[in-house]
Amino acid sequence: MSAAAPERGFLVCDGNEAAALAVALARVDMVAVYPITPQSSLVEYLAKFVADGRLQAELVDAEGEHSVLSVLQGAALAGARTFTATSGPGLAFMFEPYLRTPGMRLPIVMSIVTRDTLTPQSVWGGHQDAMSVRETGWVQMYCETVQEVLDTVIMAYRVAERHDVMLPVNVCHDGNYLSYGTARVELPDQDVVDTFLGAPDVNWHAALDPERPMAVDPLTGGAGGAGPALFVRYRRGQCAGMRHALDAIREAHEEWGRLTGRYHAPLIERYRMDDAEYSIVTLGSMTGAAKDAVDGARERGRRVGLVKVKTFRPFPAVAVAEALRGHGAFGVVDRSVDFAWSCGPLYREVLTALHGITPAAPSQSFIGGLSGADLTVEQFESVIETVRHLRDPGPRDTVWLNAQE
Amino acid sequence: MYEMRLHGRGGQGTVLAATILAAAIVAEEKFAVAIPSFGFERRGAPVAAYVRMDTREIRRMTNIYRPDCICCIDPTVSGSIDIFDGIRPGSTLVQATGKTIDELRRPQTVTTVGLCDAVPIALALFGRAITNTIMLGAFARTTGLVALGSLERALEESEFRDAGLEQNMRALRRGYEETVVHDFSSEAAA
Repeated sequence: MSAAAPERGFLVCDGNEAAALAVALARVDMVAVYPITPQSSLVEYLAKFVADGRLQAELVDAEGEHSVLSVLQGAALAGARTFTATSGPGLAFMFEPYLRTPGMRLPIVMSIVTRDTLTPQSVWGGHQDAMSVRETGWVQMYCETVQEVLDTVIMAYRVAERHDVMLPVNVCHDGNYLSYGTARVELPDQDVVDTFLGAPDVNWHAALDPERPMAVDPLTGGAGGAGPALFVRYRRGQCAGMRHALDAIREAHEEWGRLTGRYHAPLIERYRMDDAEYSIVTLGSMTGAAKDAVDGARERGRRVGLVKVKTFRPFPAVAVAEALRGHGAFGVVDRSVDFAWSCGPLYREVLTALHGITPAAPSQSFIGGLSGADLTVEQFESVIETVRHLRDPGPRDTVWLNAQE
Repeated sequence: MYEMRLHGRGGQGTVLAATILAAAIVAEEKFAVAIPSFGFERRGAPVAAYVRMDTREIRRMTNIYRPDCICCIDPTVSGSIDIFDGIRPGSTLVQATGKTIDELRRPQTVTTVGLCDAVPIALALFGRAITNTIMLGAFARTTGLVALGSLERALEESEFRDAGLEQNMRALRRGYEETVVHDFSSEAAA
């Protein structure tokens, strides 16, 4: 529940309300929703904004998440700017239309209010849901603060709708810690957002339009004729869109900073890295506590830095490698599990980004903050101390934070 | 940085109180963040919420383990959980209770206590034991960390599910006026 003072240009609200405010500012045409913890209040705010006339959108209260995204696919093909949000099991139930969305090149924006996945039963935060769909072709950005949630949902439309991108975007904000965490948020003026986004232009390439009838999502592939090459063209097109998304994300953040004065790091943020002799890598809302721990360690003379990854898909491999190269050991803290390698998913991505760089740096995967568990300043202090003592490149076993009962 | 923990029971508005307090602090050009503890929210169950305030930007979005202040808006929840867990030396307790200071259990680490008999006030104003805005008044009176006027403005800009603004404004003021503050800091120093 916010305490709003629109005439002052700021309010105090949580991340779910910030996302809903961004949807209203982006003048979204169509919203389809199904409530699920910890996303529920976000869609309740959307329903309220529609009822109040603050958001001039059609709202579909669908019977489940599979229908939610199917409704938005139809709406996008009809030319609408679209939004939804989900969490954990809702994302799982949405999976079939979710997989199809990037291939259809539909610039749908969807908040994932991140939640750990079942089972065991969990209704709390963790990145496992978003990480489980990391290879499906959606763009993924992870927010650090409530302000960044609002700004990033708006920027997501500019990224998604850029003609050389045309891909769906997930804006991830941490369940519990950002969904319900409350802070001061600056509200941009409506005309700033209008200038920034322009009118929706989402179905120039694929449309449900009687004036320009076309086949959408054709049966393609197989072993003969034109099928294989056409299928490859689709897939390569998606990859090109993802590559362009890196530039689109940079461009959107730069322009948003110019218009609002708020410059968020688009791909990665380097924090106290210039003279760092070792570093930690973070993702999402844990970064605030991690920066406090870095400052504390610096005061004790430790030359430690931090790299925050904001854009996880496409993965900014060049930027990550440049940030870490020559700065010694690093530790990566993940809020989810990569079951294939028994480490954190971000850790694996960072290792891949550093492939071929010699000498190989010592490194360590940390997993913590699962299923609502806190990641505290004290835990990051211990992470920093562990990384400080790393000597050889490894491999070494993952450190599980919050493992002490 | 000043860290406080609110304790109450589901349905009393503990989480909303934390948000209103954060808004009031922000309106004074200071920094504040609020975050609820997480559980299965249901009426009557113990609920906690955290508020941090500072004169500079607050980056950590974590729970609070070493509070400077406990604001307990329910008179009986301290029988279910240890509301004093982790409190710092020289800390403050703001407690909704009909008990006197002598009848109340007070750890030596608590050196300032504000008592407010909030339940009868809530029953008179709302017909139900919704004590959140009353105890925000009690917090302001006990600590002086936020002006009553700032809380009034934050209330005006909030939305209430269970009661009207006017009732809540009266609740806030009565909480402020009817709180008795006890200072034990000289005792702690001795």
